[in-house]
Amino acid sequence: MSNLIQVKNSSFSPEKLKTMLYDMMLIRSFEETLKKLYQQGKIHGTMHLCIGQEATAVGACVPLTNEDKITSTHRGHGHSIAKGTDVKKMMAELLGKETGTCKGKGGSMHIADLDVGNLGANGIVAAGLPLGTGAALTSKMKNLGYVVLCFFGDGASNEGAFHESLNLASVWKLPVIFFCENNLYGMSGSIKEMTNIENIADRGAAYGIPSETINGNEILTVVEATERAVERARNGEGPTLIEAHTYRWEGHSRSDARKYRTREEEKEWKIQRDPIDLFKQQLIKENILSEEEYLQLEKKVQDIMNEAVEFAENSKAPGLETLTTDIYA
Amino acid sequence: MREISYSEAIREAMSQTMKKDQDVFIMGEDIGVYGGAFGLTSGMIEEFGPERVRITPISEAAISGCAVGAAMTGMRPILEIQFSDFIMIALDNIVNQAAKNRYMFGGKAKVPVVVRLPAGSGAGFAAQHSQSLEAWMTHVPGLKVVQPSNAYDAKGLMKAAIKDDNPVLFYEHKLLYPVKGEVPEEDYEIPLGKADIKKEGKDITIVATAIMVNKALEAAAELEKEGISVEVVDPRTLVPLDTETILESVKKTSRVLVVYEAVKRSGYGAEIASMIAESDAFDYLDAPIRRLGGVETPIPYNPELEKAAVPQVNDIIEECRKLMNK
Repeated sequence: MSNLIQVKNSSFSPEKLKTMLYDMMLIRSFEETLKKLYQQGKIHGTMHLCIGQEATAVGACVPLTNEDKITSTHRGHGHSIAKGTDVKKMMAELLGKETGTCKGKGGSMHIADLDVGNLGANGIVAAGLPLGTGAALTSKMKNLGYVVLCFFGDGASNEGAFHESLNLASVWKLPVIFFCENNLYGMSGSIKEMTNIENIADRGAAYGIPSETINGNEILTVVEATERAVERARNGEGPTLIEAHTYRWEGHSRSDARKYRTREEEKEWKIQRDPIDLFKQQLIKENILSEEEYLQLEKKVQDIMNEAVEFAENSKAPGLETLTTDIYA
Repeated sequence: MREISYSEAIREAMSQTMKKDQDVFIMGEDIGVYGGAFGLTSGMIEEFGPERVRITPISEAAISGCAVGAAMTGMRPILEIQFSDFIMIALDNIVNQAAKNRYMFGGKAKVPVVVRLPAGSGAGFAAQHSQSLEAWMTHVPGLKVVQPSNAYDAKGLMKAAIKDDNPVLFYEHKLLYPVKGEVPEEDYEIPLGKADIKKEGKDITIVATAIMVNKALEAAAELEKEGISVEVVDPRTLVPLDTETILESVKKTSRVLVVYEAVKRSGYGAEIASMIAESDAFDYLDAPIRRLGGVETPIPYNPELEKAAVPQVNDIIEECRKLMNK
């Protein structure tokens, strides 16, 4: 675990730093809004919330350009927002509307936005790794210069696709960053019980891939580690494995009673390691942000969310004639 | 006209397309200097280099997803799965990703990938290297499934498969690889979804797939001597299926036998038979629709047992006689 990086030592402008905070707040507000809408019966099926993991989503996307790409997971709302997908369209997608990111046909687990390099959330654990490896192969073969960052969880690191992708990306020296959000549980399975090594990052060595374990709730730590990996990828030095420790405050999905972990553990992460609060306090302490500015950001986020919900609720459902469209190109 | 083998025809289609389109490349296990397990890619790495003839680790779960990811971002990969049986390790990427991305993403992605799959029994490779599981793939919306039965079709269908913007599963029958046929050197395409009448006849329609087309033609030649005139229809692509050509033939002959190598139970022939039964061609039938498929068993090693597991020419002749009440 690294020590908190001093904001004043970072290379970012105050505006950029505030944008990072704002993006994390936007993700949290989006998901808090989803919770309410779900309770009101307006969201169909289930969803996987990433509240508590905002620093990994935003931090890992900070060093990426619009041309760079990500692959995401079933817990992907934060990744999509961080990569620049429109929250109005995402909200409409969650409500199953024709104006949604996927025209109401994908839902929470399949939000993709190719125009901003978001190659999609994924309902299959570890499936984004081989897809991202392929996207990185395109970059290399066509000399396009973009890098691909694959988000995945601790649970995915026990899938064959994880191991095969790391090996393939390493032997082909592809411009890809494997970014593990280790939130300690794969659904209910504790990583301590499911894996017999201390750090998932240790697995990088098996494939000749540099790797590191970082504190995923400190956004600047996440940004700096990802910057190093992006630089390696852009320089043709191949993939990097980053393991970022974090915690999902909510259950795995909407049906989870969280019997496999203690309330004390949850409390500790929420109170002492809230990525948004940590960064906010840091910015205030270093005189980059005032309380007043923070309240303004909160209001801005709330306005955007109200607008998104209004847009989604007023949008039409997809017509039945779209049931069989877009199956084939 | 020049004669080349089924495998040379497939290679020619790939090579001609790769010369024209820089986005097309091939990846798979041992496809470099080894030339692939069946020699399909012999000489290609020498011609196109290791960037475009990419030898992969033995990692079907990664290489299939890698091909899909490359296709989603602008390449047109051809993925060789060494034996079609190994597709089980790659299925998530084919069924959950390639087939569904476009739909799930609201029409925004396209996945132009061709997956080449050497399939079928008869080569002595036993249960894990001899299956015909194409029907599994036909069940998944979003995939196209091709099954050429001769060299001419193989070249033209491969060209169309590479050009297609959807995932195409290209089933090649191992026993057909050395079989020669007339194949023009120039570029030509056979559209996916167009069946071919391999032989015209008036008494019975045989709808056969892959190597069974060849066996049906042999059977038809024998039956001709007995005065039974058989029409052999080769769908060539299972998805999309050219129902019109099949139904027209059935209406003409009033009798139909569907022949396929895959296990009879739930094989694609069941779909063809149902399609006929549900159509207006049903009223034209003079006898129940018959199916001839593989025995419900894993493919055995012993050559006599192996032969007995799948339809042979004599079985087809026998079924046709029954259909004619002879």
